[in-house]
Amino acid sequence: MNWSLFAVQVLNSVQLGALLFLLSAGLTLVFGIMSFLNLAHGSLYMTGAYVGAVATARSGSFLVGVALALLFNLVLGLLIERAFLGKLYRCSHLDQVLCTFGLILIFNEIVRIIWGPSPMFVELPEALGATIRLFGQNYPLYRFLIIVAALAVAAGLYVLINRTRLGMLIRAGAFNAEMISVLGVNMRLLNTAVFAGGAALAGLAGILMGPLTAVQPGMGEPVLILTLVVIIVGGVGSIRGALYGALIVGVVDTVGRVYMQIGLREVFDRPIAQAVGPALASMLIYILMAIVLAVKPEGLFPVKHG
Amino acid sequence: MKSKPAFASLMILCAAALALPAAAQTQTPLKIGFLAEMSGIYGAPGQDQYDAFMMFVEAHGGKLGGVPVQVIKEDTQFKPDVANQIVDRLMERDGVQLFTGITYSHIMMAVHKKITEKEDFLVSSNTGPAPIAGEKCSPFFFSTAFQNDQLSEVVGKFAVERGYKRIFALAPNYQAGKDFIAGFKRTYKSPLLDEVYTPLSQQDFSAEIAQIQAAKPDAVYVFYPGGLGVNFVKQYAQAGLRSIPLLNTATTEGINLPAQGESAAGAMNGSFWGPDFKNPASQKFVADFEARYKRIPSQYAAQSYDAAQLLDSALAKVKGSIADKKAFQAALKAADFNSVRGEFKFGNNNFPIQDMHIFEAYKDPQGRMNVKTIATPMKAVRDSYADQCPLK
Repeated sequence: MNWSLFAVQVLNSVQLGALLFLLSAGLTLVFGIMSFLNLAHGSLYMTGAYVGAVATARSGSFLVGVALALLFNLVLGLLIERAFLGKLYRCSHLDQVLCTFGLILIFNEIVRIIWGPSPMFVELPEALGATIRLFGQNYPLYRFLIIVAALAVAAGLYVLINRTRLGMLIRAGAFNAEMISVLGVNMRLLNTAVFAGGAALAGLAGILMGPLTAVQPGMGEPVLILTLVVIIVGGVGSIRGALYGALIVGVVDTVGRVYMQIGLREVFDRPIAQAVGPALASMLIYILMAIVLAVKPEGLFPVKHG
Repeated sequence: MKSKPAFASLMILCAAALALPAAAQTQTPLKIGFLAEMSGIYGAPGQDQYDAFMMFVEAHGGKLGGVPVQVIKEDTQFKPDVANQIVDRLMERDGVQLFTGITYSHIMMAVHKKITEKEDFLVSSNTGPAPIAGEKCSPFFFSTAFQNDQLSEVVGKFAVERGYKRIFALAPNYQAGKDFIAGFKRTYKSPLLDEVYTPLSQQDFSAEIAQIQAAKPDAVYVFYPGGLGVNFVKQYAQAGLRSIPLLNTATTEGINLPAQGESAAGAMNGSFWGPDFKNPASQKFVADFEARYKRIPSQYAAQSYDAAQLLDSALAKVKGSIADKKAFQAALKAADFNSVRGEFKFGNNNFPIQDMHIFEAYKDPQGRMNVKTIATPMKAVRDSYADQCPLK
């Protein structure tokens, strides 16, 4: 058992968890407070990546790219919420799914029309391109940055949710939205703010992953699926759930995938392990989700009641 | 109501007016169904196929073989059932008897039987799965690309020539991924250090890259097409692994290179064609494509351009009529055109007999990522399944 490799894999899991947290924080709040299932969240990840990529290329600075991605997504989230979603809150979940699914298709095509179907290049800033020697391996410094960024966002969200008035309204809204609107809070404004904030976080995740992954039409959907698993496992509406859920899914997916294949090879012949291993490994997070839904359907870290 | 004689002359005038266009009727264009993926994450190769095909057709005034053609463009969306519906509709409603394009193996497996059983023609300008080259071969099918396994067999042979002893192989976990690694092993012959299949939707390879670092191989072989390839190569370079040679199929090539940038430099890819080929047909093709589309053509574009050239030569021989199927088959089989890959000949299963080369990615003098030929491990080879095909 190669312990230094294991340590690196745990680090990789934490990095995946960090990315998933950035995405699921916004999605879980939107789902929790407004009971609105926003499938277009993956598309917001994509628009953040594209705007950030283009801004980085034009300005030559990654920081400018990140800032513009955040800003653009914030405004885009605002516009979408005001234009489309306001009418959908009262509709059934199926209608919401249909509308946001339509948004996915529209975004993918707009992006393809403007920038073409081939993947786009995002330059990694020189300073961050280094690797550090860790546990006998070269670990990219940039991946650390992603972990740090997610931790910073987590800290910021903690302060926002637990120490500010807005955060109190968000928590109350997740608990019982009707009640607080009766109490005179402008739910409409709150919803817009939460949605726009979630969109900005998704955009941040998008541009942070830009240098690592292909920026192309449809890049949001694989990530969206993982994000949905995270919010179900962690508990809908709960930021704590998003954070711990993201870490758990990150670990199960990464460590599980690698060590399951190794474990299978110990027990079975190589051809069988090779045939069965990858299939089982990709199922792990869904098995986890199924178990959570069966045993604790409100999620592992649900919004605290009472 | 006008008087009778005036009405009668009005009717005669109308009849005359209707008769005139019939007398001056132009030839109905030959319909060609072009099926490929041209959108979403799987759309880049299909887009290159279409662009190259249309560039040839438009350069010849919308004609192939001297007859006007109507290219019906259909996106098969990476879904076999959609492809089937499209083929049904084109065959029944539009009377299409000639199809080309087809980017992916599973789409080909869905439509090949349908098209060839009806004795319509299918000219593949990309995928060539093993069964179609072997026992399911058909005289109505022609490929201007390659048989899938050849792309990895050439890399396996090259790995033997270079003397790499410990090789770590990776591919996505679907039929094509398994086929390509199987092809590599067929010519590499020695056991691989490790073989990892990743989920098709997985975009982040940090875990696998950590495994590679721990295993310390002499070389790494991957098959990661499209966006997966961009991700893998970028992450591989970022982990500082460029010192370990990266052999690949369909990963560091025309479509992906702009997005991979310098991360791809030094990676070695197996294919039958590269933009640095010196024959006149290839040089003209590359120059025209770059001028029109402002990007370096990939092998997908080259294959499709050859398909257009093949159809051009064959349609000219049959004077634009494919009703005589035997004659059109013979015209296609003759392959009487100047292929961008140089010598072109069909084998018994209507797959090309061709050289296979290794290309290295580098930054060209114009600052673009490009590939150059560094070796030709296989010369004038037939694919490995031709023997299983009953055709002569």
